[in-house]
Amino acid sequence: MGYPHKSHPKETVVLSQYFGDAEARTYDGWVKRGGYQALQKVLGMTPVEVTDVVKASGLRGRGGAGFPTGLKWSFMPKEKSKPHYLCCNADESEPGTFKDREIMRWTPHALIEGCAIAQLAIQAEVCFIYIRGEFTDPWAVMEKAVEEAYAKGTLGANAMGSGKRIDMHLHRGAGAYICGEETALMNSIEGKRGNPRIKPPFPAAQGLFALPTTINNVETLAAVPHIINRGADWYKALCLSNPKSVGTKLFSVCGHVQKPGNYEITLGYPLKDLIYDMCGGVLKGRTLKACIPGGSSVPFLNREESEGCLLDYEGCVAAGSMLGSAGCIVFDDSADMVYQTMRLAKFYAHESCAQCTQCREGTAWTVRILQKILDGDGTSKDLDLLLDLADQMTGKTICVLSDSCAAPVVSGIKKFRGEFEAYLKGARRAQVAVA
Amino acid sequence: MSAHDTAPHTPVFTGVVRAKLDVVLARYPTKRAGLLPALWMVQEARGWISDDAMAEVAQVLELTPAYVKGVATFYTMYHLHPVGKHFVQVCTTTPCNICGAEGVAEAFLKHTGCGDLGATSPDGKWTVIEVECLGACGFPTPVLVNDDFLENVTAEKVPEIVKKYSA
Repeated sequence: MGYPHKSHPKETVVLSQYFGDAEARTYDGWVKRGGYQALQKVLGMTPVEVTDVVKASGLRGRGGAGFPTGLKWSFMPKEKSKPHYLCCNADESEPGTFKDREIMRWTPHALIEGCAIAQLAIQAEVCFIYIRGEFTDPWAVMEKAVEEAYAKGTLGANAMGSGKRIDMHLHRGAGAYICGEETALMNSIEGKRGNPRIKPPFPAAQGLFALPTTINNVETLAAVPHIINRGADWYKALCLSNPKSVGTKLFSVCGHVQKPGNYEITLGYPLKDLIYDMCGGVLKGRTLKACIPGGSSVPFLNREESEGCLLDYEGCVAAGSMLGSAGCIVFDDSADMVYQTMRLAKFYAHESCAQCTQCREGTAWTVRILQKILDGDGTSKDLDLLLDLADQMTGKTICVLSDSCAAPVVSGIKKFRGEFEAYLKGARRAQVAVA
Repeated sequence: MSAHDTAPHTPVFTGVVRAKLDVVLARYPTKRAGLLPALWMVQEARGWISDDAMAEVAQVLELTPAYVKGVATFYTMYHLHPVGKHFVQVCTTTPCNICGAEGVAEAFLKHTGCGDLGATSPDGKWTVIEVECLGACGFPTPVLVNDDFLENVTAEKVPEIVKKYSA
């Protein structure tokens, strides 16, 4: 079932099967749909066995980095000498991305079950689900679902009668994009400012409260029960052409398309078909100008690159961008790329945690220079200055927020240079494109 | 703001609220981890977080007031000064921006009488701000009115929304 649109016949519906189905939100409704069978199964397996299934499935992190999930779990100490933690990253804030929101709103028990399975695999009795503060609806749904799971004995000191403890708590963010960075998220749970930490140590060695921790994205964890139920081979076979990128992926499509929404596709699906077929194409009378396939932190693709892009981890890189969080922002020919590049830079300037100089100063100056160009006061040197600044902001900071600000600036200037030059020549004035 | 600042602070963490905090604190190995939840509880109870309230949080969690302020100022959702009864957050980041979000923000400013972003309307009922990405880009423009998450808001729908909350 799709949401807010009916499923498209070419979707591969796994995670999104019950989107829009209110009964699936309840514990009984979820059990009726096959819920908690995977957890039951995992309670009879060893942590290594569970991890091996996920490893063999080829599942990669859906938050943006695409790191193999089973491998990440295997980094946790095998001999447990102190408490372990699981963190679920539900701080979904990457512009263009709104998939975790729907997973939590419609299938909260899928996430709870996925977390519980991961907890057993990494021997963590406690899981914190960190939900961004603005997500009031997902919070309410998740809160109720966790309460129900405790009331039914699925969570708690004797999970499903197994004698094993599985505790799960929600932790509310308070408005900070950077807390989606894994170590910033841990600092935030600890009651600190959300500043990312220098790595190493990596979370599996010293994570939350300096204890061994694994952190996974909502969508990654929600996929786990399906893999346990249907097997690693089934998941691995969800593959169109590239065996390195398997499984289904929720693509959040927004911007100038007829039918924005979440679409679940097998990795490797063509971006062109996602935009023109599933989403009904760009608005009437307009043409596609650009697309950001993986959330605002990845480079722009121009029309030609978009139409040739295959949506998997490697395919997006080959096309000149990245899969990221699969937040697909579509721009038609009415979009002012200079203004939108400034808006993206403004986002990063606002969200910089300000601990690294290159980011704190670089993001702010990028906005000021772009604003100067928009105001008609730019000179030809400003583009070189922006690119030089972007270079100084890339690969030099504790986390990648700074790099993420540089990506749209560099790709924007490279791919839409004519629009920037038109401002420099005074031929254009700042205007806001309205759909 | 001055009226609020001069009013004597009455403790937030007594009775039910204190009990609620204790339940939350039991989840974490440190008291400090209760800081974000405690600040939310203050805001829920009082509408905003005063310096005196931060001092109380510091005392309850065995932190310094300066530490609490350092954390409270990091997160944008905590109100460190009083805001209107209806706090409106309009997403104007790129995906919504290209779908007309700035027009939505302008319409809220116009119809609530706030005038400027961040300012509170003369009747004390409204404060409107622009926010960065609300994470609902497929439903442009998402708007938060306090805890109500509205989807697909257009400039044309704003007068009706303002009327509904004003009633």
